[in-house]
Amino acid sequence: MTAVAARPEAEIGKARTRKEDQHLITGRTTWTDNMVLPGMVHLAILRSPMAHATITSIDASGALSRPGVIAAYTGADFAETQGNVPCAWPVTPDMVNPGAPSLAVTQVNCVGEAVAVVAARTKVEAQDALEAIDVEYEPLPPVLDLEAALVEGSTLVHPNTTSNKSYTWTFDSGVAGTGAPIDDALAAAEITVKRRFLQQRLIPSFMEPRSTVVQPIGDGVTIWSATQIPHILRTMLALTLGIPEQKVRAIAPDVGGGFGGKIVVSPEEIITTLVARRLGKPAKYTESRSESLMAAHHGRAQIQDVTITAKRDGTVTGLDVHLLADMGAYLRLVGPGVPILGAFMYPAIYKIPAYRFVCDGIFTTKAPTDAYRGAGRPEATFAIERIMDELAHELDMDPMELRRKNWIKHEEFPFTTVCGLTYDTGNYEAATEKALALMGWDELRTEQAQRRASGDPVQLGLGISTFTEMCGLAPSRVLGSLDYGAGGWEHASVRVLATGKVEVVTGISPHGQGHETGFSQIVADKLGVPFEDVEIIHGDTQSSPKGLDTYGSRSLVVGGIAVVKAADKVIEKARQVAAHVLEVSGDDLEFEAGSFTVKGMPAGAAGSTMSLGEIAFATFAAHNLPDGMEPSLDSDATFDPENFSFPHGTHLCAVDVDTETGRVTIRKYVCVDDVGTAINPLLIEGQVHGGLAQGIAQALFEEAVYDDAGNLTTGTFVDYTPPSAPDLPSFITDRTVTPATSNPLGVKGVGEAGTIASTPAVVNAVVDALRPFGVDDVQMPMTPERVWRAVKGSDRARAEGGTNAYGGASTSTSDGSVDPS
Amino acid sequence: MTKISITVDDVNYSDEVEPRTLLVHYLREQLGKVGTVVGCDTSNCGACTVELDGQSVKSCTVLAVQADGGTVTTIEGLAVNGELAPMQQAFHDKHALQCGYCTPGMIMASRDLLKNNPHPSEAEIREGIEGNLCRCTGYQNIVRAVQAVAGATS
Repeated sequence: MTAVAARPEAEIGKARTRKEDQHLITGRTTWTDNMVLPGMVHLAILRSPMAHATITSIDASGALSRPGVIAAYTGADFAETQGNVPCAWPVTPDMVNPGAPSLAVTQVNCVGEAVAVVAARTKVEAQDALEAIDVEYEPLPPVLDLEAALVEGSTLVHPNTTSNKSYTWTFDSGVAGTGAPIDDALAAAEITVKRRFLQQRLIPSFMEPRSTVVQPIGDGVTIWSATQIPHILRTMLALTLGIPEQKVRAIAPDVGGGFGGKIVVSPEEIITTLVARRLGKPAKYTESRSESLMAAHHGRAQIQDVTITAKRDGTVTGLDVHLLADMGAYLRLVGPGVPILGAFMYPAIYKIPAYRFVCDGIFTTKAPTDAYRGAGRPEATFAIERIMDELAHELDMDPMELRRKNWIKHEEFPFTTVCGLTYDTGNYEAATEKALALMGWDELRTEQAQRRASGDPVQLGLGISTFTEMCGLAPSRVLGSLDYGAGGWEHASVRVLATGKVEVVTGISPHGQGHETGFSQIVADKLGVPFEDVEIIHGDTQSSPKGLDTYGSRSLVVGGIAVVKAADKVIEKARQVAAHVLEVSGDDLEFEAGSFTVKGMPAGAAGSTMSLGEIAFATFAAHNLPDGMEPSLDSDATFDPENFSFPHGTHLCAVDVDTETGRVTIRKYVCVDDVGTAINPLLIEGQVHGGLAQGIAQALFEEAVYDDAGNLTTGTFVDYTPPSAPDLPSFITDRTVTPATSNPLGVKGVGEAGTIASTPAVVNAVVDALRPFGVDDVQMPMTPERVWRAVKGSDRARAEGGTNAYGGASTSTSDGSVDPS
Repeated sequence: MTKISITVDDVNYSDEVEPRTLLVHYLREQLGKVGTVVGCDTSNCGACTVELDGQSVKSCTVLAVQADGGTVTTIEGLAVNGELAPMQQAFHDKHALQCGYCTPGMIMASRDLLKNNPHPSEAEIREGIEGNLCRCTGYQNIVRAVQAVAGATS
């Protein structure tokens, strides 16, 4: 045994279980819908059954005679006060935003749009009374197909516009000076591969339906909401309704998942506020799942035309991307910006000399789109990783070899891409080697060859996705250059209480991620205090007054760094007190494991050490502080990152494809992610698992389908089918660690990585299995029917068509074209 | 209105309910048992799962009047004197929850699964909780939690 001074075990890197769990596993939760306030009214919303129609008459008075009903309102009642549901991202100066009423006044533009609201003593009474509201609609033709919507003379979604195009956003490396002109690459190409990929509509499908409670207080309101963005909600509610911002308190209590689906300011939040203020009573609105699927925003919904050029040796020379992005009926908070978040990620991990990206944002008569986990970057990753496989096939080259030939090598970092982004660090070789070994890739290739040779009806397919993404939104200056309406900083306060316990106030707003645990670990290490002594305060604009909330994998890499910087300031203040009390210079003190010690003195020597707890109490008592020092160690920091975070990794998928039934079974899924320094490997693994599930779900299971009248035919979990446990395999996850150099912790974002990376790995695997059948694409979700039709080949278009899985009725694809079957 | 008498988490209640009232709405709105939550309206998600007379049920698929005279255990009644039930503890230990919204139903369904099949294979666990949706975890750690409890009771 060697006598070593006891050092507290490092918290960073420890797979701690979560401090958040206790109340969640015992049912002592604070979901918004749990709230009951004295005098509270319950709201129910009447929604449009029409995709596109003029409201020729509406009369809500019938509801008033129904039992328990206190009030009923239509759009006309709030036309002067409701303003527009906010959009904070005018991506171009000439972007057309026709406005978005919370309650429709004269016209409805998608099924599910709110047209009237009833307030009653109970929710059941409010819902019952909806049937007593009379609405007459004059139908207008629905606008469903993105390409048809752009044709001159097409029906306009919004009568106050001249086109269904909201904007065209362009990036051209030749113009930007970040690369060569794409036209030169196209003209000089030895190989050109062009593909159209369809990003189907998805629905975020957080498990907790959205809910809002509003209590009017004097001139102001307190709003509890199932939101990812209490701070943005506060500001936007103030701007939208003209309530002074200081009179608005926004609270996100327990929030049951978001995945981008709770990133907007919703019509329902505005309606609930309007009714509560009109009645002078607290009001609650909670959506049903059917309402959520129909009326909460959707994601993806893009057509991607992608052209890649290369030399015969496999060197990629150019990438040309044209997107048609479905905005749906209205522009929500960041909806127009979602495809733009992907714009910089199409070149991905590759050294591509010329790049052009053009995106048209288009109105249709479907639910508005906005962020869904990954927001723009899954689409980009899908397109590049799919077309790299197609290029490899054209070149008769191994798809991994093609990637290796073109990716940025680890010694080439920092690397400035053709988009002008500078990736700080990365090691694609290391992640790939590890993933291939875990997969048993070569053995699987051998088996695949055998099964192909033997004509096995169940074919093996192997898919690759070598991805990176940009996250940690975001450097404010970059957001400014993209015309976003706000910055990307984050705020934190660290407060040391008299007893030495620590309160950390953060402006991020967790809804399942485990930030309380992760941030506590960071602060425990930083200040040398026990993990249990750290309390994380968040999600209430009264106790956490500054922040920009949680999305874009920003909480750790922006919010966590703000916490580190605030903790650094606490240490420097404490140093002054310790130096004063110990009668030495601050420079002569070392801070380690929660104590200041005079340099050169043995640890614990009398009169040479002062712990943070002792300093905290001395500061609280304030009897003996340096002259002029405020009696407080508390410190704030507002951190604005200089760069994005660039996690990367290699995802490999092996699928069994039954060529007789079209059934796809994931046999093995391996991913090696590099998210930099790990704060808590357990939390990372959980984020990756959940991300994978959602990315795989896009590949195999989920699609929001509209019929040719614009009705959502996947309006329940019977038809819109998030995977359940037997639909998914156990994943093999591992990591490489290439610390980020852009922040003092070396961390990178992790929340979206699994979703961004996994979708193309699965599709590439299925297409790989079916190459011998002449298949070069299967539209997502790759249902057995689509796969079977692809195998049959004689009717290839059918594999790309809609499904008739919904009661046998002919249904449409996500781009609105009707399946001929 | 119909009078019902029901025991929930060891407390006896007698109440008047509308015959159409679902058990989950009775639990949440009349009893304040808000630990049990509603996640869908088609009995797909299982978030509202409770135990009724020893069997797990989706409480959105049972009328309150059908539970008359019955005994209900919800997530709120599992821990005894502050001591977590093994499945609750395992969900914590294995990081089997993130947002926690599906967790009450998932824990109740997992308990029922082991009651019927004390030593399930991974595939049997996945099939056994098929009626409960989770959007956060990808199910892998939920499976681990159930395996941990099954292993501990072998």
